Amino acid sequence: MAKSKKIPELNASSQADIAFTVLIFFLVVSTMDVDTGIVRVLPPMPDPNVKQEDVKVKERNLFLVFVSGSGQIMAGGKVIPLHQLKDKAKEFILNPMDNKNLPEKVEKELEMPDGSKWVYPVSEGVISLQNTRDTDYQVYIKVQNELTRAFNEVRDEVSMMKFGKKFADLDKPEGSVITKAVPLKISEAEPRKMGK
Amino acid sequence: MAVMKKKGDREVPAMATTSLPDVVYIILFFFMLSTSMRDQELLVHYRLPEATEVQKLEKKALASYIHIGVPVSYMQAKFGTAPRIQLNDSYKTTKDILDFVAGERDNLSEADRPSMTICLKADGNTKMGIIADVKQELRRANALKISYASSKVLGY
Repeated sequence: MAKSKKIPELNASSQADIAFTVLIFFLVVSTMDVDTGIVRVLPPMPDPNVKQEDVKVKERNLFLVFVSGSGQIMAGGKVIPLHQLKDKAKEFILNPMDNKNLPEKVEKELEMPDGSKWVYPVSEGVISLQNTRDTDYQVYIKVQNELTRAFNEVRDEVSMMKFGKKFADLDKPEGSVITKAVPLKISEAEPRKMGK
Repeated sequence: MAVMKKKGDREVPAMATTSLPDVVYIILFFFMLSTSMRDQELLVHYRLPEATEVQKLEKKALASYIHIGVPVSYMQAKFGTAPRIQLNDSYKTTKDILDFVAGERDNLSEADRPSMTICLKADGNTKMGIIADVKQELRRANALKISYASSKVLGY
């Protein structure tokens, strides 16, 4: 009787239970959320032994954004609502009309990924972001967000003009050229002591 | 007896479950790949601020987290409701950040150290005073790459 000699099939009915147990374990101990955030690089701490010379920044090259404790935003000497901040910052970065009161531009030679040179007037402007100690973090992030948006839009425009692609779609070497052409210059000062 | 036998014949055959483990394993692998381990218990409660221009944290292994927020409800009796800083698994003050950063840096390989990122997870209602103190300490600890954690929204 050949039929009875057949090797019995492995009983796999509990396999599913084991797999389910492992699955549920993973569901419990793991998280799915992706961490997103606004990325910044802090300035290094000045060496206390070296005497600091104040870096002189010309007034036209400085765009002061001040966030007060009550959430009001002052940019360039005027109180403005949040939704105007992006356009103000963009105007400051680009200075399309070469206005005497807006930042100067220095022509810089940028090396393209294909080896050629590209001369682009890089803005000298610095955005200085100041706040008080009782400013809400939320408002601060909103302001940071608007400033980042201004930079991203400028980068997109420059990138469109040069490469015909959006900044986010560029490859790494091309992206770094744009980053050099439009550097993210936001200085985050220590908060002012006022407004307790 | 004959009736009983007839009844047994009409029974629906058992569902073939041999492929069920395979299906479950596929789901399991999907979850193993798409999620990451929860590494610490949160002692502070926070709601991240919202932003549109967020970037993804490139490598989670290189990120260290600083949580700032109100203590969770079962700790409030002991610690009150003032915002606190959580490093690893306990409440700390800004003075401990130096040690914390040094410890986190030691955990990374030499090559990865420059790209270490501090992910600042702070409640939206925290005052900037605390955040500024933390930032000052991070500068002192020479951990300059930071990410203000915020949840992505598509617009206001």
